[in-house]
Parts: sequence; C-alpha cells; structure tokens
Amino acid sequence: MITREPIDYPVDASSWQRAQLALRQGLSELGRAAVMGARAVSGLPSLRQPRHWTAFLRQMYVVGIGSLPVVTVVAVFIGMILALQIGLELQRYNQEVRIGSAVMISMLREMAPFITGLILAACVGSAMAAQIGTMTVNDEIAALEIMSIDPVVFLMTPRLAALAILAPLLSFYTCMMGTLGGAVVGTTQLNVPWTQYVSAALDIARVKDLYVGLFKAMVYGLLIAIVSCYEGFTATQGAVGVGAATRRSVVTSFLLILIVGYFISRLFYF
Amino acid sequence: MITFDHVVKRLGGRTVLDDLSFEIAKGEIFVIVGPSGTGKSVTLKHIVQLLQPTSGAVWLDGEQISNATGERLERLRERFGYLFQSGALLGWMTVAENVALPLYEKTTLAPDEIAQRVQEVLQMVDLADAAEQMPAEISGGMQKRAALARAIVRRPEIVLYDEPTSGLDPVTSRTIDRLIQHLNKDLGVTSVVVTHDMQSALSIGHRVAMLHRGRFVEIGTPREFVASRCPEAQQFLEAQYITRRGFWQEGGAR
Repeated sequence: MITREPIDYPVDASSWQRAQLALRQGLSELGRAAVMGARAVSGLPSLRQPRHWTAFLRQMYVVGIGSLPVVTVVAVFIGMILALQIGLELQRYNQEVRIGSAVMISMLREMAPFITGLILAACVGSAMAAQIGTMTVNDEIAALEIMSIDPVVFLMTPRLAALAILAPLLSFYTCMMGTLGGAVVGTTQLNVPWTQYVSAALDIARVKDLYVGLFKAMVYGLLIAIVSCYEGFTATQGAVGVGAATRRSVVTSFLLILIVGYFISRLFYF
Repeated sequence: MITFDHVVKRLGGRTVLDDLSFEIAKGEIFVIVGPSGTGKSVTLKHIVQLLQPTSGAVWLDGEQISNATGERLERLRERFGYLFQSGALLGWMTVAENVALPLYEKTTLAPDEIAQRVQEVLQMVDLADAAEQMPAEISGGMQKRAALARAIVRRPEIVLYDEPTSGLDPVTSRTIDRLIQHLNKDLGVTSVVVTHDMQSALSIGHRVAMLHRGRFVEIGTPREFVASRCPEAQQFLEAQYITRRGFWQEGGAR
C-alpha cells in the first residue's frame, strides 16, 4: 500500500532525536519516490494496450493543449521583457542589432525550459497531485490495489510519459514564442530590422544549446510527474491533506527545477 | 478461514489494534461493530494488507497475507472483493466501465464476455439502467451498489464491506443487507462487515463482534450479542433503541 503513515515518535524523544527521525523519514520518502518513478517507467510497455493508450492520449491533451495558452502568453512576455531590458543596455553601446542573439541564447539555454517547467509544475503538476490525492483519500487508490491493478502503472505511467514527451516540445515552443516576443520589441522599440533580428538569433543558436535545453525540459517533466504523483499517492487526512500535498508538489517541483537546472548547466557548459 | 494472530497496530503513537486475535470461518457473515475510531476499518484493511500490522500476523487459509508481496499478494487479493465506505468508484468512468475495470485489467476474457458479466452483476444490484451513467450522476445508494457490483464481478470467495449502509435511507440499507445475504447463501461468499448499523448487524450477521479500544469486548451470535452483559455492547445497542426485550419482540434478528 502506498501510504505515508505518521511518524511514531517515542514519547520521550528529544528535539535532536525527532530531527533525526524526520531526516530518516525524509530520506526514506526520497527513496520511495525514486522507486515509484522507476515503477512508472517500467510500466511504459503497458501503454501499448488500447485502454492505457487512451489514458496516455488524454494526458497528452491535458499537458499539451491545456497549458498551451498560458505558455504562449508567458513566453511572449518574457521574450519582450528580456528584449527590452537587454536592448536598452545594448543601445548604450550601439549594439542593439545583437538583441536577437541575446534573446535567443537566453531562451534556448535557460529561460524556455525553466519557464516551461514552472508552468507545468504550477498548472499540470498541481492538478495531478490534487487529483491523485483526492483519489487516495477517497480510497480509489486502495480499490485499485485490491483489484490487483498497480496504481502507479495505471495512473502515473501515462502522466509521466506525457510530461516527458511534451515538456521538451513545449520548451521548444516557448523558445520560439519568446524569441518572437523579443522580435516585437526589437523591431518596434529598438528599431532593429526583422531580418537582422532573425539573422542574429539564428547565428547564435547552436545544436548543443538546443539539445541541452530540450534535455533539461525532459528532466523537469520527469521530476514534475514523479513529485506530483508521489505527493498525490501519499496524501492523507482528507481535503486538508490534499491541499497540503498539492502545495508540497508545487514547492518541491520548483526547488528541484532550480537545483537540477543548475547542475545540468554545469555539466554541459563548464 | 481468516485468522488474526495477536495483531497490534500503532499509528502515530496510538495503539489502534491491541493484541487482536480472532478467526472467521469460511461461509460466515462476520460483523464488526463499534464506535467511530476504534479500529474497525483498520481491522478490515489488515485482511487485504492495505495496512500491515506493527506486530502479529493475519492468515488466510494457513497462508500469511500480512507479509505477502508481489505475485503472492496479488494471488491472495484475487480472492477478495472490497466495498469501500465511499464506494471508491473512478469518477471519469461510467458505472459499467468501473464494474468492467478489474475484468479488463486482470483477466483474458473477451470484450463481449466482459460486457455480459457486467450486465449480470448490474442486474443483480438492480443498476442495469444506470450502466452508462457517471458516478457523479447517481445517488449515494446507487454508488454503493455499483461499487458492490465491481467488488463481486470477479466472483470473489470473500467480500469485505466497510460501512455498507452508512448514509443510506432505511429501504436502501435493507436492500444492501439482502444483497449481502444473497451472496452468502446462494454463492457461498464469506463476508466481513464493518458497520454502525445494529439493525443491519443483527439481521445479517452469523456472529457479531464489538470492537472497543482496539480489542473485541464482545463476540457472539446476534442472540448472544443482544443478551450480552458487556456495558459497551449494551450502551451501543441502547443508543440505537435496541433492547433485549424490544428487539426480540419486533423479531428483527435471527
């Protein structure tokens, strides 16, 4: 049974002993989340079954189409803000023609996967944690277990696959939209010709930047799915517990996106 | 036979089950009653290892279920159906899809055979007309019956009922009681029922056990239970307006 049982503190435990127990519990949960992620990955062949394939397509729709409007608006405005702030500085040195390069490299390497990750964690991950959490407190997960249906494969695998596939695609889309937003500011406020903007943007873009960005986004997608589903599966104590699980899923995903993002950048660029 | 062997369960520093030992015979309807928070549902969850004991063991026909894992646990759980208090139907599936789910996922039956089996059990619980409705579109009583249909669709040997009549009107409650009796008498299903409803407990149970602070304080046939001198059992009966004299005069129990 996937449950988070309350910590059984000894009655006379000191603060230090309680901290040790909490740390042990935290490490144990980290391990359980990793095992759950591995179980979900091992369940990928089940997506060949028509019923599971349908669930996967439903998740693709939720992740992809569902978050597209938010991603578009955020990406365009991030691109515009980047172009405006960097463009003003570049203008002081008469280098505003390079604004396309600056926006493209920022979006491609860091901003696109980062923004996509945050949006997916906030919009999709929280919804996953809330839905699975509600199912947990309503005994629907226990009902699946009694029927010998693995809830991880049944519920988490389609979500994990959808996020792993769509996060890089959405990241690429975010990059394009952000660059387009930058172009709007570049051409209208910095008086950089459109062709020059595009040329500068394409000149700087390297294949390595593209695949590192896509790789990052895929890792973020996997992390969001694992964290959100784990929090959902281990939710306890009714509506309050579901709310807490949802909040934990968003906070943990945000932190992991920042920390893991740094290490991936370090791995590929230093 | 289900056997609890000195089962202790602690949750968050509290002892929920305290050295609990009892046996449930094959073909029996065993009813567990008691106030809220005494560990009735926890007891039920131990039978199918939704919870594991802190110490002690739970056995099913000589095979320990409380330490079973993997395929062995799956094989043991195949012998059970479980009716949850909330029904626990999956909200994005129709009633028929919910009932068919265990057959699609865990058997090799052809789709038309599955459809036929689903139709049979839905007729048994009088829900054939609601097959294509979503769980949110039907009443609480209908949801319970749909969940019961799902619990029995694989023809289990043992069905566990967690508060099968809670929140239902008396007529629907008696319908559920009759279904439990029908499954027991006609199909030989062993039943373990957790309930607050003493009318139901005394009407359907072969034996009734009173759980209080993690231990059984009274266990016996409905007649023995009503005649009990145990203060907790008497208090529980009187709270539902059942007295030794009154209940038997009305002829509510076997």
